Amino acid sequence: MSDAARSATEPGALAEWLRRSTWVDHILLAIRIGVAALVLVGLAGGLTAGTYSAADFASFALFGLTIGSIYALIALGYTMVYGILRMINFAHGDVMMVGSFAGLFAAGALNDVGIVSAWPLLALPLVLAAGMAAGALVSIAIERIAYRPFLHVRSLAPLICAIGMSFILQYAARGLFGTRNRAYPGFGWMEGTIGAFGLTIPIPQVVAFAAALIVLAGLLAVVKLSRLGKAMRAVAEDRDAAALVGIDVSAVIVATFAIGGAMAGVAGVLYALVFKQITVFMGFFLGVKGFAAAILGGIGNLGGALLGGLVLGLAEALGPALILEGYGLPAPYQLKDVIGYGMLVMILIFRPQGLLGERLAAKRA
Amino acid sequence: MSKALDVRDLTVAYGQIAAVRGASFTVEPGEIATIIGANGAGKTTILNALCGLRDVRAGTVTLGGEDITHLPPHERVRHGLAQVPEGRRLFGRMSVAENLEIGGYARSDHAAQKHDLDHVLELFPRLRERYRQLAGTLSGGEQQMVAMGRALMAKPRVLLLDEPTMGLAPQIVDLVLDAVRRVNREGVTVLLVEQNAYGALEIADRAFVLESGEITLTGHGLELINHERVRSAYLGHEA
Repeated sequence: MSDAARSATEPGALAEWLRRSTWVDHILLAIRIGVAALVLVGLAGGLTAGTYSAADFASFALFGLTIGSIYALIALGYTMVYGILRMINFAHGDVMMVGSFAGLFAAGALNDVGIVSAWPLLALPLVLAAGMAAGALVSIAIERIAYRPFLHVRSLAPLICAIGMSFILQYAARGLFGTRNRAYPGFGWMEGTIGAFGLTIPIPQVVAFAAALIVLAGLLAVVKLSRLGKAMRAVAEDRDAAALVGIDVSAVIVATFAIGGAMAGVAGVLYALVFKQITVFMGFFLGVKGFAAAILGGIGNLGGALLGGLVLGLAEALGPALILEGYGLPAPYQLKDVIGYGMLVMILIFRPQGLLGERLAAKRA
Repeated sequence: MSKALDVRDLTVAYGQIAAVRGASFTVEPGEIATIIGANGAGKTTILNALCGLRDVRAGTVTLGGEDITHLPPHERVRHGLAQVPEGRRLFGRMSVAENLEIGGYARSDHAAQKHDLDHVLELFPRLRERYRQLAGTLSGGEQQMVAMGRALMAKPRVLLLDEPTMGLAPQIVDLVLDAVRRVNREGVTVLLVEQNAYGALEIADRAFVLESGEITLTGHGLELINHERVRSAYLGHEA
């Protein structure tokens, strides 16, 4: 719209724009105007309808940040692997599912041996650790099977193999654990809510948000400051040059998959704590969410994955109430994915490199 | 004393096409050796095979008496082989400081690294001014200095340089070649690959002429400068 606005101020500029622009530009402009109108009308309608109070919106936003931080954890795994291999790990969502189930079984085992009742606070980090370990191990296996054989070959084979791994994990889990929803345990102290700023927030949400932030901060510290982090950045920029300075490229790739898998495992457990139930198919739809968040923020960019996750979570949580409510739809919350993915499509059309991504014409130093 | 670098019957192939065919040459410790040859003669292929980026089809590579033919690249760095790659290949989104620091990645002697860093900055004072700048924003000559500094930070016994003067202004070319000579005087064996044959032959103790993947002439640098065939093919003199 800025083009049109600019052209309105200069005489003859509109004619000039019309002459220079193609029908593609006209369609893009029409889409922008259409989307902006939809959002504005929806916003006006939603806000004047007064269905929700300010406190409602605040708690929607908090929920959005919580689920967004979980998306961010998943997105980081996609973005780290992409940064290093320039490939999407399509099995990443199922790594998260495996982590979630590992957490479920760990919680069951801890309950059986009495740790949950004896040290309920200790149970949470142990369950998270189980999810991390399982996620890391599965992710390492995926690297070994689907990516390592093709390390020096330019080919799409790893992508196909990763999709295969995704189905193997999903259907192995289906065969072993069944398709029914599993209830996730809550360790006693996590039932209940916290009151703050006039809002009541369920404790699992607070825990998930805090845990996600801690893990994210830890990861960023590792990448920015540690020796491994420097090696990861070097391999991401130029694999051969990294090998020439003595970096074991294969080991760095394995470490990247392991870290991404561990974070997916954490995300799987945290998601389950918030939503209280899991299925063997959760890896698919949450994987797509994480992938969308990574693209939204700019794939290959760690800060972008973080931002993309939070933006996607907030859009999903606030969008239905803010925008769709105004159209008087019967169940706006059912349409949250329309908003999330609608935003993804808009980003891909108008800012393909994502919110924080660099343009694809990256030069080699 | 064993050879610094001993290459025997090296054959490197891209699919069915052999880019290097049975090349043999040795570099004595403390020497500057150079491989000259036309574009596509296989110079870069030889260096990439030496440092492990390219698989060797046949032949052996021995570094200071140790067979390194099948070691992965990062292991070769630990054995004292470093390369300044063609086109510099810096980590452009890292600072000059980080590029130099990562050059010492394979080492565990932190105190000595600090000393070597000071030495690199003394060799290339310009890098001190650019120290916190992103490597990708430097001029070509400065990037070449960073690339050499990064390789030196690995404390190599043998330094491979692939076209270090390519695309540089004449006075920067001199600066780079001077630095090569100085590094060599401090005890690092150098194998230099150049299209700038004159500059390379001038400083080389030993030179090899590579034609279509085969070494066709060997001699002292100054000897080859005066060699009739070299003069006509690589130095632009009438035969």
